[in-house]
Amino acid sequence: MSYPAVIKPQDLLCPKPGGLYCPPGDFYIDPVRPVDRAVITHGHSDHARAGHGTVLATPQTLAIMAERYGEDFAVVGRQPLAYGESVTINGVEVSLVPAGHVLGSAQAVVRWKGMTIVVSGDYKRRRDPTCARFEPTPCDVFVTEATFGLPVFRHPDDAGEIAALLKSVAQFPDRAHIVGAYALGKAQRVIRLLREAGWDRTIHVHGAMERLNRLYEVHGVDLGPLAPATTERGKAGDFAGGIIVAPPSALADRWSRRFPDPVDCFASGWMRVRARARQRGVELPLIISDHADWDELTDTLSELRPGEVWITHGREEALERWCELEGIPARALRLVGYDEEDGE
Amino acid sequence: MRAFAHLLDRLSLTASRNAKLTLIEAFLRSVPDPDRGYALAALTGALSFDAAKPAFIRKAVEARMDAQLFAWSYDYVGDLAETVALVWPARPGANREPELSEVVEALKATSRAQAQQLIEGWLDALDADGRWALLKLMTGGLRVGVSSRLAKQACANLGGVPIGEIEEVWHAIEPPYGDLFAWLEGRSDRPSPDAPGRFRPVMLAQAIDEAVDFAKLDPADYAAEWKWDGIRVQAVSERGERRLYTRTGDDISATFPDVLEALDFEGALDGELLVMHGGGVASFGDLQQRLNRKTVDGKLMAAHPAGIRAYDLLLDGEEDLRGLPFAQRRKRLEAFVARLSTSRIDLSPLQPFETWEALAALRADPPIGDPAIAEGLMLKRWDSAYEPGRPKGPWFKWKRDPHLVDAVLMYAQRGHGKRSSFYSDYTFGVWREDETGDRKLTPVGKAYFGFTDEELKQIDKFVRDHTVERFGPVRSVRADLEFGLVFEVAFEGLQRSTRHKSGVAMRFPRISRIRWDKPSREADELSTLERMLDG
Repeated sequence: MSYPAVIKPQDLLCPKPGGLYCPPGDFYIDPVRPVDRAVITHGHSDHARAGHGTVLATPQTLAIMAERYGEDFAVVGRQPLAYGESVTINGVEVSLVPAGHVLGSAQAVVRWKGMTIVVSGDYKRRRDPTCARFEPTPCDVFVTEATFGLPVFRHPDDAGEIAALLKSVAQFPDRAHIVGAYALGKAQRVIRLLREAGWDRTIHVHGAMERLNRLYEVHGVDLGPLAPATTERGKAGDFAGGIIVAPPSALADRWSRRFPDPVDCFASGWMRVRARARQRGVELPLIISDHADWDELTDTLSELRPGEVWITHGREEALERWCELEGIPARALRLVGYDEEDGE
Repeated sequence: MRAFAHLLDRLSLTASRNAKLTLIEAFLRSVPDPDRGYALAALTGALSFDAAKPAFIRKAVEARMDAQLFAWSYDYVGDLAETVALVWPARPGANREPELSEVVEALKATSRAQAQQLIEGWLDALDADGRWALLKLMTGGLRVGVSSRLAKQACANLGGVPIGEIEEVWHAIEPPYGDLFAWLEGRSDRPSPDAPGRFRPVMLAQAIDEAVDFAKLDPADYAAEWKWDGIRVQAVSERGERRLYTRTGDDISATFPDVLEALDFEGALDGELLVMHGGGVASFGDLQQRLNRKTVDGKLMAAHPAGIRAYDLLLDGEEDLRGLPFAQRRKRLEAFVARLSTSRIDLSPLQPFETWEALAALRADPPIGDPAIAEGLMLKRWDSAYEPGRPKGPWFKWKRDPHLVDAVLMYAQRGHGKRSSFYSDYTFGVWREDETGDRKLTPVGKAYFGFTDEELKQIDKFVRDHTVERFGPVRSVRADLEFGLVFEVAFEGLQRSTRHKSGVAMRFPRISRIRWDKPSREADELSTLERMLDG
């Protein structure tokens, strides 16, 4: 066996139709089709799919996958790897570092013959009471998402958004506030932020998020009193003045008709742009995102100053342009199969 | 500035009138003077600045960031003020956030060159919502779906007074309205409404219920006149002050200098603003050319000369006539109009009648000329005093039966608030032959009321079951010669329109019946509508 005299990053990781592939280690990171060996950064369904042979991920991510796909989601077996530990796969060292995106989310750090590549998966830099905070890792190549890779996306402080929600609840005591929030991560973060802001009343939740809420609680995230948002035992008026958390799709659904004159709220980074809120008929946009905004993306690249930046998915062209202006070599991988919308 | 920014932000996405009132009232209750007063002025359109222009904003932002990144951002957001508010690269070390009153007072007092520096400093100090509010305020036109009437209603709610009392003092008070709030909060007397040229709250008519009311009413008690299809105005000329107001007290003097010039009298007239050609009334469409403009040029005024058809007199010289019975006011009005030397003001004639049947026949078959394009008839009790608001009994409006057309549902959009999970806004179309002779639907209007809650549920289900395509909140619904849902649509009038593909635009369309029984191919043709065109 012989290796090139100088190792190039693409010798260690390269985009393939199935996802990012590591030839020496013979594994994929967040593959979009079934493979023998997968390293999974986090539990969102576009990154964590069922049907792989062996799955390496944090214990939390493995638990989320088991909850979503059933205990037999990995054909051969699971390989839990806690934050900060490392494992060697065919001579390639792999470790997982917190990404700050959702519970269990990790950056995959891949080291081989002195070369370090960090695949950040989806990430954010700010504090999130439901998951470990992003840790910057020096590297030769930083692989970044660019979901909010446009200078218009600058998420405000989440406490301010929660305050706006609570103010609205006080102003409209006869109406129910339904917060559309993605079932994994966003929902629990919104609930936790409400608790931190002092809202201790029962929060009603859509049936689709009950199991994930329980899983978060098992992992130490205290969500306070929750109850299913059903009207079987009471009347619609019971929800007046209350807060209900539901998947975004439920806002437009007939499901939401059980609530009195609801105020549709949507917790998403996309809500930064008014036309987006208007388009979805959202009355109270809550700009709360689990992805890095423009400032977090560019600050991260400035802080790490990697030899090269690879951009996986999102608005690559603006971030590429920014790298060009900053003199950081960058290229878009144009990986397909990752949601740019629904995860937010 | 922060509270004002949040108010605008909420209002811009709130559809329900009551919810808007709640938001504005809560704002007025919690924000101190003079900030709340300036906010009220902004909402009622009483502020304008010419120190700042959008072109400067764009230059300022491009001086601070990469032009390509800005271009992509603008392309994505689609609105210049919002884009700048979002991307603005603030310089560190900014001053504290300005209050709304500081911004308004400074903008009024500074030159254009100074203003630019000030604005950049404010943009540095504010957050994205604050920047958006500042830019909206500067460039005029908040466009948050709040009429000045609604803002005044919120003031009325705040003070627990009838809105008429606010309208009456409105033109005697100035931003930031410290005296208004002092009165509304019970800290002082009502500001004096005695400023010359002030607005007097108008008297409105109830719609008559033919089945119930006529049996109870004696025709001898009522005068009848045509209901003109223009806009209700109040023309005031008092001690040198000339003003033209809408029926809600909005001052539209600047839009109608030709009418203002004709107010060569001492008094206050109540009448209909119309476009008149050689004494004849033009269609509402012609009047629309003149409405909602801040300024007006000679060409437009010559093409669409405006005038007033007077039907009441509130003030004759210095004498307030509002307490007199209509019969006496009418005599005074006739004498008043006869003394005028302008052709821009004429008298709305009374229609003598003996019985309700005779009047019904007149309404059904009006004589050729102006009455043919009237909206119907007005009935006024001879003994009625001029009472602000919409009292029960003295005045009735008896509108002509609406036009009806059968159209096919084409698109449905989700509603707001209570209706946010329902497809409740409907675009409908009628048949037209295209170049190849195929019959295709062409959209002719949009309606979102006229049906019961139960019917809404049924239509909503129909929309969900027969969706062909989805675009954001809009669904296109199956509608072809073989299948589709037919609505009987009622509307008040029809005008030519270059903005609509069909070439026609309906006034006040609503769903009058849902024709579950009617095959879509039997809906009306565009040619049927074209024959109904006004004028």
